[in-house]
Amino acid sequence: MFEYAPAPESREIVDLRPSYGLFIDGEFTEGSGPAFKTVNPATEETLAEVACASADDVDRAVRAARKAFGGWSGLPGSERAKYLFRIARIIQERARELAVLESLDNGKPIRESRDVDLPLVAAHFFYYAGWADKLQYAGFGTKPLGVAGQVIPWNFPLLMLAWKVAPALACGNTVVLKPAETTPLTALLFADICRQAELPPGVVNIVTGAGETGAAVVAHPEVDKVAFTGSTEVGRLIARTVAGTGKKVTLELGGKAANIVFDDAPIDQAVEGIVNGIFFNQGHVCCAGSRLLVQESVQEELLAALKRRLGTLRLGDPLDKNTDIGAINSAEQLARIRSLSETGESEGAERWSPACELPERGFWFPPTLFTGVAQSHTIAREEIFGPVLSVLTFRTPAEAVEKANNTPYGLSAGVWTEKGSRILWMAERLRAGVVWANTFNKFDPASPFGGYKESGYGREGGLHGLEAYLDV
Amino acid sequence: MSDRRVSVRKTYKLFIGGAFPRSESGRSYPVTRTEHAARASRKDARDAVVAARKAFPGWSGATAYNRGQILYRVAEMLEGRRAQFADELGGPRKQALEQVDAAVDRLVWYAGWSDKIAAVRGTANPVASPYLNLSSPEPVGVVAVVAPADPLLGLVSAVAPVIVTGNTCVVVAAERAPLPAITFAEVLATSDLPGGVVNILTGHQAELAPWLAAHMDVNGLDLTGVTTPEQALACERAATENFKRVLTAAEDRGTRRMTAFMETKTVWHPAGI
Amino acid sequence: MSVATTPLADVASSEAALRAFLHGLPGVDRVGADQRAAMLGTRSIKTTAKARAIDLAISMVDLTTLEGADTRGKVRAMCAKALRPGGDASRVAAVCVYPDLVAVAAEALRGSGVKVASVATAFPSGRSSLDVKVADTAFAVAAGADEIDMVIDRGAFLSGDYLKVYEEIVAVKAACGEAHLKVILETGELVTYDNVRRASWLAMLAGADFIKTSTGKVSPAATLPVTLIMLEAVRDFRDRTGRQVGVKPAGGIRTTKDAIKNLVLVQETAGADWLTPDWFRLGASSLLNDLLMQREKLATGRYAGPDYFTLD
Repeated sequence: MFEYAPAPESREIVDLRPSYGLFIDGEFTEGSGPAFKTVNPATEETLAEVACASADDVDRAVRAARKAFGGWSGLPGSERAKYLFRIARIIQERARELAVLESLDNGKPIRESRDVDLPLVAAHFFYYAGWADKLQYAGFGTKPLGVAGQVIPWNFPLLMLAWKVAPALACGNTVVLKPAETTPLTALLFADICRQAELPPGVVNIVTGAGETGAAVVAHPEVDKVAFTGSTEVGRLIARTVAGTGKKVTLELGGKAANIVFDDAPIDQAVEGIVNGIFFNQGHVCCAGSRLLVQESVQEELLAALKRRLGTLRLGDPLDKNTDIGAINSAEQLARIRSLSETGESEGAERWSPACELPERGFWFPPTLFTGVAQSHTIAREEIFGPVLSVLTFRTPAEAVEKANNTPYGLSAGVWTEKGSRILWMAERLRAGVVWANTFNKFDPASPFGGYKESGYGREGGLHGLEAYLDV
Repeated sequence: MSDRRVSVRKTYKLFIGGAFPRSESGRSYPVTRTEHAARASRKDARDAVVAARKAFPGWSGATAYNRGQILYRVAEMLEGRRAQFADELGGPRKQALEQVDAAVDRLVWYAGWSDKIAAVRGTANPVASPYLNLSSPEPVGVVAVVAPADPLLGLVSAVAPVIVTGNTCVVVAAERAPLPAITFAEVLATSDLPGGVVNILTGHQAELAPWLAAHMDVNGLDLTGVTTPEQALACERAATENFKRVLTAAEDRGTRRMTAFMETKTVWHPAGI
Repeated sequence: MSVATTPLADVASSEAALRAFLHGLPGVDRVGADQRAAMLGTRSIKTTAKARAIDLAISMVDLTTLEGADTRGKVRAMCAKALRPGGDASRVAAVCVYPDLVAVAAEALRGSGVKVASVATAFPSGRSSLDVKVADTAFAVAAGADEIDMVIDRGAFLSGDYLKVYEEIVAVKAACGEAHLKVILETGELVTYDNVRRASWLAMLAGADFIKTSTGKVSPAATLPVTLIMLEAVRDFRDRTGRQVGVKPAGGIRTTKDAIKNLVLVQETAGADWLTPDWFRLGASSLLNDLLMQREKLATGRYAGPDYFTLD
């Protein structure tokens, strides 16, 4: 037995400033709202003070974007493309700095920010850069919408920025983006990258703040397009606000995905897929495989293997290169996970976690699984958005489909079986925007992502992702 | 007196689940001096949604070729009743016939889309990892359609793109001229279209549309036929409760009327030995 | 994989039973297995953990020479290196030679605790009669081999003649007497991970004390995913039968980084019970000096140069 010694990634590469302003019209400016602090969720240490954009600040940002729209949309696509390629290259060049900052502000393990988030961010800009001068081949016309108001969540701060900004810019729109209140720092570093790339002022504007700032972005009459990723609850408010205004909307909301394991599954990979499905990014993933549906005939065997595997998960310092499970992003989210887990217990599900020491400071929750869960349990219906897996069983493929679809959500699903025809039969019937067969939580800029039903409207990524930013 | 035959008139009823029931409310409303239409209630709307949901798995699971043939069959049946529809539409004969012909042609146009839309809207996605990754369009589910005022061509132009891709629907027929819609239901009923794929309600738009817009088992909402902006806004707001896909305006040509009520599903699978 | 241990006595009672059992094992998804191995390969083993891992890896080395040009002199020199790798590093686990040189190695290592391993059974192809293979084994054991590294009949395996492979292993095991039997699957020729899993179980069912990836004569040899599949197999076999079987990746492990990745794989797959030279070996030759150089770097803080390490 050998213990892994601490292997912390150096945070020296990040040059944190004590305070950050808003990024409007190519300049960092003061915000008129009360500044707020962003903390490292792993230690509760304050990382920086961040300006809060008031409705007036948002108005300034939207006007800057409006002013920049004519020039930006008037550029030949090939020229817009070059700016996006530049941004992609700068992101690759500064990847480690961005990864460390992301882990500091978000709490996610550096292994994930380094190996998943950042490569995907750069790839997303690279992918959409290539579309900018090829829009006429995509089938959605070539006319941009105007100013896009974009509100993004805290779970993949920079990746969600990339998913929003890259296609918007490629299509000729300008943007006003609001990062999440608890994770504004990489977006502000991205603003610096826009300057480094000499992107024309006003094409990208970043307004930090909380819900009110986001609401001001969404409601602004000069915003032509609203894109939001976050909770279904907030998504519904946004949809209601925007209804009847003629603004185009895309929403990427919650999920309660079923990860379905058949008795003929490649069991070791299925166990990895289950772990990756729910414990990747502390389960702060809208498409997380939060409901494990296991065929009753292999339940015992699968759970034994899964529990053994959970015993090897390494929870702790997000900057340690060997950490698998980082910190919960905020005290508020931790409270929600705790409360739903308590509900799980009080409703009679059996709770289990591996032996796991939690750090004293910071926001932490151990990898947790609940067995004996039925569809009627709260934890099988509500999105927990944390490292909590509900285990249910099924007997036949039809029952698996029925249970998987028995949710108001429809973002993703997983199927594990070595039988090809069964995969296709299941994939046809699962009402979800992404079906991962014999894998889970895979992402690629070329692959459309988005949900059915209450998981939202529209797709991000791939050719389909262009539709959201063109006047079809 | 005795040489004049008294004609047998038609009672215009609703079309739900392949049957022609009266409104459960027992109500009707006058359309012409001699003809009434059934005045559907919110409970009829509810029943129609149940019928549409029940029909969805079979219809969406049918082959695209089969759906295309059935739509073509609808066109054939409509062509056969050309004169009857021209009578019902009224107005100048030539224009009425043109309307029917255009409706037939539109059905034929959409029929051909059934097995092509996936090729146009689907993609093979070259991901940077060892996976096969395909995106394909799928029907959204049950769609509520508030049909435009144009009693036949408007109706056909709204319904055909919704069902050709595999959706089922509940249609609120044009309030002032609902009778061709019910006669069109007779065409549907004799075209091998499974019961429940199209359900047609006649009655007051203001009474029915809000219930359909708010119904939590309706996935899509076509508001192109809504007559007042206030009604449209109220319906659009109500639709947000379960994130219905809403179409507020669209050209009669192009793929927009189909794609508005389609989802994109992306499937990943590893490629390895 | 079930928690209760059940004997598998009847599994090899017939060709049909054996085939049904092996084909009933869960499949392996190659992409997923590759990704798991690659992820474990990103573990960052530094400072004290690295020092511990290097010493552990040295103690697990089966120092190997399997050349047509091998001589008594070459083997004696390698044995000297096995006993005194360099500095204060501990001796390695074993040396591995051809049968005709076993006696030389046994002589050189007598009483040291370093084991003598011999390849046998018409190594590396295994293309000879069972009688020859058994005689080859008996000859090496008689010459003083503590461990026999046999090869399976890959032709028989790939043509589905599992019982033949099984019976050969049983026969060789009998010929081993007290010597430990390592069964080389030659995974580079089995190609698929499903085959690696089936061959691992087949070897364990037939009595293997160790399962070993490769002869070193076929590429690819010991890849991380293949070692991962074999570690899963020994883990599951112990759960099922209560008997522990060792694993030996061999071929292509040249650097300290490679060795440490293997140890991480062991720790996070089969578990700490396998992290001893009794249950995990690294078949290698040039690896040893790289381990020693890295060891020196940790001790002195300077990068080491090859001239300071012996080449035997």
